[in-house]
Amino acid sequence: MITGAAPAPAALPDESGHFGPYGGRFVPEALMAALDELEQAYADARADPAFGAELAELHRSYTGRPSPLTDAKRLSPHAGGARILLKREDLNHTGSHKINNVLGQALLTRRMGKPRVIAETGAGQHGVATATAAALLGLECCVYMGEEDTVRQALNVARMRLLGAEVVPVCTGSRTLKDAINEAMRDWVSTVDRTHYLLGTVAGPHPFPVMVRDFHAVIGQETRAQVLELTGQLPDAVAACVGGGSNAIGIFHEFIGEESVGLYGFEAAGDGVSTGRHAATLFAGSPGVLHGARSYLLQDADGQTAVTHSISAGLDYPGVGPEHAWLKDSGRAQYTGVTDAEAMEAFRLLCRTEGIIPAIESAHAVHGALQLGRRLGPDAVIVVNLSGRGDKDVDTAARWFDVVDEPASVREHTTGADRTEAGGVAAAPADVTVGAPGEQM
Amino acid sequence: MEPGGAIVIAAAFAGARAEGRAALIGYLPAGFPSFDGCVRALHAMVEFGVDIVEVGLPYSDPLMDGPTIQAAVDRALFAGTGTREVLATVGEVARSGVPVLVMTYWNPVERYGVTRFAAELADAGGSGVITPDLTPEEGGDWLAACDGAGLDPVLLVAPSSTDARLAKIASVCRGFVYAASTMGVTGARAAVSAVAPGLVARVREVSDLPVAVGLGVSNGEQAAEVASYADGVIVGSALVRALLDAPSEQAGVRAVSALAADLATGVRRRSERRRGAAD
Repeated sequence: MITGAAPAPAALPDESGHFGPYGGRFVPEALMAALDELEQAYADARADPAFGAELAELHRSYTGRPSPLTDAKRLSPHAGGARILLKREDLNHTGSHKINNVLGQALLTRRMGKPRVIAETGAGQHGVATATAAALLGLECCVYMGEEDTVRQALNVARMRLLGAEVVPVCTGSRTLKDAINEAMRDWVSTVDRTHYLLGTVAGPHPFPVMVRDFHAVIGQETRAQVLELTGQLPDAVAACVGGGSNAIGIFHEFIGEESVGLYGFEAAGDGVSTGRHAATLFAGSPGVLHGARSYLLQDADGQTAVTHSISAGLDYPGVGPEHAWLKDSGRAQYTGVTDAEAMEAFRLLCRTEGIIPAIESAHAVHGALQLGRRLGPDAVIVVNLSGRGDKDVDTAARWFDVVDEPASVREHTTGADRTEAGGVAAAPADVTVGAPGEQM
Repeated sequence: MEPGGAIVIAAAFAGARAEGRAALIGYLPAGFPSFDGCVRALHAMVEFGVDIVEVGLPYSDPLMDGPTIQAAVDRALFAGTGTREVLATVGEVARSGVPVLVMTYWNPVERYGVTRFAAELADAGGSGVITPDLTPEEGGDWLAACDGAGLDPVLLVAPSSTDARLAKIASVCRGFVYAASTMGVTGARAAVSAVAPGLVARVREVSDLPVAVGLGVSNGEQAAEVASYADGVIVGSALVRALLDAPSEQAGVRAVSALAADLATGVRRRSERRRGAAD
């Protein structure tokens, strides 16, 4: 724990991009000039009122901001009666919070005079958002995506291609998000003159963690005003899922200086942290350097990056943004793991109580909020960053809950009892069960 | 073999310079194609004219490397090559009497322990370390550890580096400065870089250290071209490729020997050119 005279977290990073011991730049020298250029371009843009005005107008007329705050009254009883408020980033254009950062960086790309953007994507949400912004601003777009993710998120691959982006499946390493980032870095180092790497999370070398945070800070700023208006107080707790950590930083940042507001990040515990098949980087990892910055990561004794697992492609990442590492060490935010099964149960519950199909990533935060509510009691006000919608996950969820009708020829051989049993796998401590007995999903 | 990296690496460059030629630096990742196969191939390289050996530390996320080295590194990792095996490889190859450096991404060093890594590498007979993703800004602890252990730290410069950065990087290097000749990842290329001569010249304006050029050299002809303007020629992917393409480890070692001989001839051709020019 870092205490005492440490700088206020809200004032970080320092000039060289450090959050205490975390952050910085660990990159090939060939990228240093591009990072300096980006840092300067971003500083100039921040100081230019026209840049901010253009971004704000895009968010109003294109993204659909401000995103609403939904009072989840039927979910509340499952959270010990605590008031659960959902920050609806799922309602943004393209279906997640990712568009906030993407539009900012795409405008910056145009400002730098570069005609091409590249991006990595895990669940496909950042890739879709980048392809969208590229179409909007007339930029070439190439998205790197782990081969395994292109299979489990096939719908998003199609969306990116419809938007005119090239999608490159990455077949190296674990064939997931971390390998897509490696491949995007390799592209960038070779094409940096005309290409901006539109990194999708608060990780990577400086200035990405601070820049991406700033573009997402609108989430927390809106949340503060909306919660005050609705409840007359600040929230007691803010909950968000954490993969790389962009949606979490986006909603946390506004509240870092508010000591009364608890900040809670929920990572993917996969099959359970004890099984080794998980992606709970802050909860179970150790400090190290990956993808250009020092932060926590999941690694073996030799510093090789560990293979991770999560049902959610967007959280299936062995690293995390350096500011989260700092928030963890300073004790300002708490991070815990949520298993696949727990997240899917929360997914089911949100569908059934509120009529909202969340992204599986966001369902991790919903589960976390339910636990928090039971601990904090019925007077608590808890905001959940509902970072994305679940359209992309319908196939995964349908298989998890076994709710897809099989063709009649197959169904004849499957008894209803079998299917009910399969549907009950996710289920359901008695106190959170909803719907009629025997109901599917 | 003397301990103290600064002496031996500088001596290797001085020796080559005395012969009016560039030094030849050959790379393989430890554990590829196997632990013993790597040691044999590196010894063969030295026998056929490599002046300085680079042992790669296989890493799960080698973002400076192209497909050839990635493939080799994946095989080495799959076979269980770790930091201990890298140090053991250095120990085996250092017996050949040429300087041996480790080429490693930063995280494995930090994980092993910065001081411990430097000390154990020096104990194993290593002379220096090339760190492709460590900048002077983040390298303070490492540079101190190298000082303490008598290792030469070698950082990279790139065509995009400003003059100020070239000076800063060269000032913390010892042994030589590694000039990445192209904006890109490792891998053999049909033509060597057109921007490399300018980069080497810019480094020479700010440093007296030898400048070695890497990224893309795959044959004696290209080695001769680079040797005409640089103090050292670094070859990696082409040597790895020779092993990847061979039907057996034995055949691979023979192919590495033949390539090393061709490259060694290449770096010596410069001296003929130079003498010709002088005459």
